[in-house]
Amino acid sequence: MNLIYMDHHATTPLDAEVLAAMMPALTSEYGNPSSNTHAYGHAARYMVDSARAQVAQLVGAPRPDDIIFTSGATEADNLALKGIAHAKDYMPARNIVTLAIEHKAVLDAARRLQKENVEIRFAAIDPYGVVDLDDLAAKIDKNTILISIQTANSEIGTIQPIREIGVIAKKHGVPFHTDAVQALGRYEIDVMRDHIDMLSISAHKMYGPKGIGALYVRRGLKLTPIIDGGGHERNMRSGTLNVPGIVGLGKAAEIAKRDLKSESERLLKLRNRLEDGILRRIEHVRINGHPTNRLPNNLNVAFAYVEGESLILACRGVALSSGSACTSTSLQSSYVLKAINVPDFLAHGSLRFGLGKSNSEEHVDIVLDLLEKGVRRLREMSPLYDMAKEGVSIESAHFSRHARGK
Amino acid sequence: MMDAWDDYSEKVMDHYENPRNVGIVEKANGTGVVGNPACGDVMKLTIRVENDIIVDAKFKTFGCGAAIATSSMVTEMVKGKSLADALEISNRGVMEALGGLPKVKRHCSVLAEEALKAAIADYEKNRRDISPAA
Repeated sequence: MNLIYMDHHATTPLDAEVLAAMMPALTSEYGNPSSNTHAYGHAARYMVDSARAQVAQLVGAPRPDDIIFTSGATEADNLALKGIAHAKDYMPARNIVTLAIEHKAVLDAARRLQKENVEIRFAAIDPYGVVDLDDLAAKIDKNTILISIQTANSEIGTIQPIREIGVIAKKHGVPFHTDAVQALGRYEIDVMRDHIDMLSISAHKMYGPKGIGALYVRRGLKLTPIIDGGGHERNMRSGTLNVPGIVGLGKAAEIAKRDLKSESERLLKLRNRLEDGILRRIEHVRINGHPTNRLPNNLNVAFAYVEGESLILACRGVALSSGSACTSTSLQSSYVLKAINVPDFLAHGSLRFGLGKSNSEEHVDIVLDLLEKGVRRLREMSPLYDMAKEGVSIESAHFSRHARGK
Repeated sequence: MMDAWDDYSEKVMDHYENPRNVGIVEKANGTGVVGNPACGDVMKLTIRVENDIIVDAKFKTFGCGAAIATSSMVTEMVKGKSLADALEISNRGVMEALGGLPKVKRHCSVLAEEALKAAIADYEKNRRDISPAA
C-alpha cells in the first residue's frame, strides 16, 4: 500500500543529500575528533567544525562554538533547564517561567526540578496557545533563573511572539530558552535579533538523522553539565562526538536555511488547500491553534461527534496523528488541547496534519476525499451527532455512567 | 508498511468497515446508553424484546475502531437470544468473537457489555412500570 506521510511533526524522512554527506563519516572517516595526534582525528574534527558552523548559521549564532551537540532536543531541553538550575543552586529560591503547552522534555525536566525546590510558574496562554506577555512579565521576579518558551507548538503549530519574549527576558536580565524544534526550517529564527540565550535543535525534525541535536548557548552563560566525562563540548556535554550524526545535522541545517523561504511558502499553500477543503466540505469542524500565527505545515482540526482513532482508520494509507486518547498508550487525550480549553469530546475527535517535503496537492486531495467520506460515515453511526441534531448539549448531557475507570 | 490497521484483527476491521445493525430499533422496548464523550466513547444500544427473546438490536457508537467493532459484534451476538442467555455475554466473549483486541483496547469491549446490560435493565424496568404490581 502506498502510504501518504502526513506526520512531519513526529519525524521527517532522511534527506538523500544529508545521507550522502554522512556516508564518509559512517565509513572511511571514522576518527575520533578528540584524537589530535593523527590524521583520522583531524579529519573528524574538521567535519565536526564545519557542521557546527552550519548549525550556527541556521539559528544566527555569532560563533560556531556556541553550538553544543547533544543526543537530541530532549537532551538539549534537559540541559537548558537543569544546567541553569544546577548552576544557580546557591540561590535560596529559584523559579522557572514556562508554558503548560511546552514539549514534555521541558515539562518533565521542570517537574524533576520541582523536587529540588525549583518553583515552576506557568505564564497564561490564550485559547490559541499564545503566551500572555503581561502575565509573563508579571511572573518574573528576582528569583527567576530561566524563561523557557517554545518557538512553535508541535500539536497546534501556534508560533509564540519570540522576539517580544526575548525583549522581556533581556529587560529583566533572565536567560531565555526556546525549544525551536518544530520551527526550524519552517519559520525564520535568529538568536541575536530575538534575544535568545538558549535554543534547542533536533536533526530528525528537519530531514536529518535521529539521535542528534544541539543546544545553542549564548557565550558567557554558565550551565552545569548533566552528563559528566571527558569534558567535550566546552565542558557542557561529555561523550565522544557522534560524528556521522553531527555531519547529518550540519547538512540538514544548511538545507533548512537554503530552502526555508521556498519550502515554507509551498507548505503554506498546501496547508491552506487542506484547511480550506476541510472547512468547505465538512460541517462542524474547528481549527485548534492560532488561525494565522501557525507553522505553515501544521493543521490541527477537531471533527465534532467523531472519534479521532476511528477517523484515522477511515483514512487508511495516510500516516496521521490524533489528540484522541485512543491513539495514545496512556489513554489520555492531548494535554495541549486541554490547556487551550478544547472540550474533551472535541479533543478526542482532533487530527493533526503535519505536511512536509514529500507531500503534494494530490496527497491533500486524496486526504480530503477520505476525510469527507469518513466523517460522514462515522457521524451516521454517532449517537452524539443525533443528540446534536436534536439540540442536546453534549457537554452537559447525562450518561448512565463512565464505562471506564478514568 | 504498517499503519493503524495492523493493530487490529481482520474481523475487527471487517466490523469497523461494515458494521452490522447500525441505527435505532423501531419500537424498541429497551435502550442502554453508556460511556462518556469526555472519555472518547459513547454507545447507544436499542433492543426489541418479545416473549423474553431479543428479536432485534441496533447500535450507535461514538468511539474508536475497537468500540465500533465491539458494538457491531454484540448486536449480532444478542439477536435471537433469550434475555437470560444475553446476560451471559461478557466483554471477554465479545472480544473472543472478534479474534481478540490489542491490549490497550480491551476496555472498549467492556462498553459493549455494559450497553447490553443497561438495555436489558431498561427493558425490565419498562416492563415493571407498565405491568400491574403482583
